[in-house]
Amino acid sequence: MPAIETFALEKTYAVGFWRKRPRRALHPLTLAVEAGEVFGFLGPNGAGKTTTLKLLMGLIFPTAGSAQILGLAVDDPAVKAQIGFLPEHPYFYDYLTARELLAYYAALSGVPARERTRRVEAMLARVGLADSANVQLRKFSKGMLQRVGIAQAVLHDPKVVFLDEPMSGLDPVGRREVRDLIEQLKAEGKTVFFSTHILSDAESLCDRVAVVHRGELRAVGAVAQLTSAVHGQVELIWQGTEVPASIKALGAECRISGENSRVILPEANVEAALDLLRRERRQLISLNPVRTTLEEYFVQQMNQKQAGA
Amino acid sequence: MNPPRRTQIIAGSLLLAGLTACVALVQRVDAARPQATLQDTLYITSPSMVRRLSLGYTGLAASLYWTRAVQYFGSRHHEYAQSYELLAPLLRLTTALDPKLLVAYEFGGTFLAPPPPHGAGMPDAAVELIESGIRANPDKWRLYYALGFVHYMERKDYAAAARAFQRGSEVPNAHPFLKLLAARMATQADDPATARMMWTATYDTTQDNMIRDNAEKHLRALQVEDDVTGLEKIVDIFAQRFGHKPGSFREMAQRELLPGIPLDPFGQPYQLTPEGKVLVRQPEKFPFLHKGLPPGFVQPFGSR
Amino acid sequence: MNHPITHIAANTFREAVRDRVLYNLVAFAVLMAGAAVLVGQISIDIERLVVINLGLTAVSLFGVVIAVFIGIGLVSKEIDKRTLYTVLSRPVRRWQFIAGKFCGLAGTLAVNAFFMGIGVFGALLYVSRRLQRADSYVLVALYFIVLELLIMTAIALLFSSFSSPLLSAVFAFSLFVIGSFSEDLRGFAGMSNGLAHWLTTAAAYLVPNLAALNVISPVAHGEPISGSLILWNTLYAAIYCLTALAGTVLIFERRNLK
Repeated sequence: MPAIETFALEKTYAVGFWRKRPRRALHPLTLAVEAGEVFGFLGPNGAGKTTTLKLLMGLIFPTAGSAQILGLAVDDPAVKAQIGFLPEHPYFYDYLTARELLAYYAALSGVPARERTRRVEAMLARVGLADSANVQLRKFSKGMLQRVGIAQAVLHDPKVVFLDEPMSGLDPVGRREVRDLIEQLKAEGKTVFFSTHILSDAESLCDRVAVVHRGELRAVGAVAQLTSAVHGQVELIWQGTEVPASIKALGAECRISGENSRVILPEANVEAALDLLRRERRQLISLNPVRTTLEEYFVQQMNQKQAGA
Repeated sequence: MNPPRRTQIIAGSLLLAGLTACVALVQRVDAARPQATLQDTLYITSPSMVRRLSLGYTGLAASLYWTRAVQYFGSRHHEYAQSYELLAPLLRLTTALDPKLLVAYEFGGTFLAPPPPHGAGMPDAAVELIESGIRANPDKWRLYYALGFVHYMERKDYAAAARAFQRGSEVPNAHPFLKLLAARMATQADDPATARMMWTATYDTTQDNMIRDNAEKHLRALQVEDDVTGLEKIVDIFAQRFGHKPGSFREMAQRELLPGIPLDPFGQPYQLTPEGKVLVRQPEKFPFLHKGLPPGFVQPFGSR
Repeated sequence: MNHPITHIAANTFREAVRDRVLYNLVAFAVLMAGAAVLVGQISIDIERLVVINLGLTAVSLFGVVIAVFIGIGLVSKEIDKRTLYTVLSRPVRRWQFIAGKFCGLAGTLAVNAFFMGIGVFGALLYVSRRLQRADSYVLVALYFIVLELLIMTAIALLFSSFSSPLLSAVFAFSLFVIGSFSEDLRGFAGMSNGLAHWLTTAAAYLVPNLAALNVISPVAHGEPISGSLILWNTLYAAIYCLTALAGTVLIFERRNLK
């Protein structure tokens, strides 16, 4: 049974003051996230990522379609006990201290009173806030708030964790910490669903990703699958600053860097290029397949759609 | 001096100067406004409107209007005013907001009825006010007493006074003097002793300082009038006995017609004129006095 | 099942306290002390009257202002600040959230009124030097004021669930004002005809019957309050609050949060 499943989940807003025009925030979305996966939900700003998360959390209601988490309908209270949520730019009650906030949330999540203190302390230590536990949240920095946010999301040991842009606004150290945490969660067997527009993060963390743009799902699959689905290319580096015309003719991209030349050409033409180099007696330095980065794939997808639209 | 510091000093000085200037200007502005607007504007005259505006907090609103009424009368009285136009409306508003505020009716009885400067000179308004009070509080003997008082003192309608006292005496827990007063109206209405009885009754039973004060002044005046009448009688007796008017009270005392030098309620000795008239030394201290005044003396009105 | 409500109520109370709401008690104390001392200038019978009138009116007005100013933000602030997201993603039903918020603010107001009541009795003792039987009626008046505050809280909460704070404040205070002369409104409704009659009748009954909950003047005169009035007022307040809360829940259940 998938941990998260949506069935043609759709959200349309009526916008405007007088004559309301419909604005489709999310086109019918059908996807399934398997248990134990780290699933990335990618897209530019305004793509519908937060809308999807809010639909899954029951904060807004779908215009059509439905969603299930752990086999139960999204608005079933039994579900809520098993999920954790970190919203984008989280705001918490700033008059509470970190400890008080976590204790409050633990209580609301149904953690029994005896357990509560232990869990809260453990959580504070885990996210590195043990020292600031008695400071009011209004004095917290962005990074500290993000850590509190993650703490409250996993405090009650949920099976599925939803994170909306968990790295946003963090410095490199903070981002590293969040990445480590997500990997820990995965190691604990939890399902992690997180949205982001920072593709390098998704690339390194996710088992599978979905790409959305303007409320539409563009692609779903493993990262490797997606990037290699695009034309595979190979990178050749050899000594010498001259690029033989014959190699150029193989439809290659050439660049000189320092004493070496660098060329990128389609996989199919590699053999021919190697032959040419051998004949020209060039010293081969390296031969590597080039994987399209997710970013390139991404941009390509956007452009494709724009062209097609 | 660096700029922020300079800004601070300028701003600080402006603040102080501005405050002082505002105080001075308020006084100038007030002086320039026509006097009438300052005191005599009763913005809302309709009792039902005021009831609504007080959002149900009628008790407090009544207390505020009551305070205003007392202040209005008191300050004007202090300045020898000849009219008290707002007193009746203020008391009407007060009692409309809180019909159970008995002291307001009593105050109206005491200060609406007498002629200026000691009152508003509106005895009919006073009667109307107290009657409305009686309708709202039919079991309070004090109100019938106040009604009878106004009928007796200012309107000289002894029959109406008698009726009021009679009604009052029938109320449970009524003060016994109501029955006595009802009886006196029939036969001894003009007797000064009756007036004195009434003022004493008011003095003894009222809870309001201003009303008590007023009663005390009346009683003192009555006392002096009694004294003057009595003393002049003794002067006549002296004249009859000894063939000439006495030269002084000491002379009369020496002739054992008086126990000593007679003193007025403030402890000041009375004066004896060669014509045998008895006068008070400080007539301005007796605002309600009609006898024993030096010839040509006119009350300056309204000493508190 | 009720645990979320208790926790949310407790947290709402904590928020009000940390928001320094209870400092209004200081202003109140100063007012009562000043009044008790100044009122000594007036004749004896009136002293008690003024102290009770002033004291209870202040309790009522302070309370209504707090009820409205905090109430209008109870839901709208949580939506604006998105603090609601992490609460509703937990096993807390939306109606429990509303109930918890109501109970929290109601509790704050009751505590506030309690301390103010002590202030009023303090001033009363200072002025009369001893306690009288009639002073117990002051407790009834205080109880009615608490009921009035509960109604205003429910109203403010209702508006908070769909309207901006400014509009909510305007509506809530308007209902307070109209509620204070709801009797007049009912009388007016009786005298009008046709559509006006139906509209004014509807309005007259929708608006809270606050006039009945104001017994400050009778109590100031030392009059007892009938048991049946206490009973009916309690029932009315309870049902009015429940109705308003039901409306709030209805609106809030299907609201798309931004």
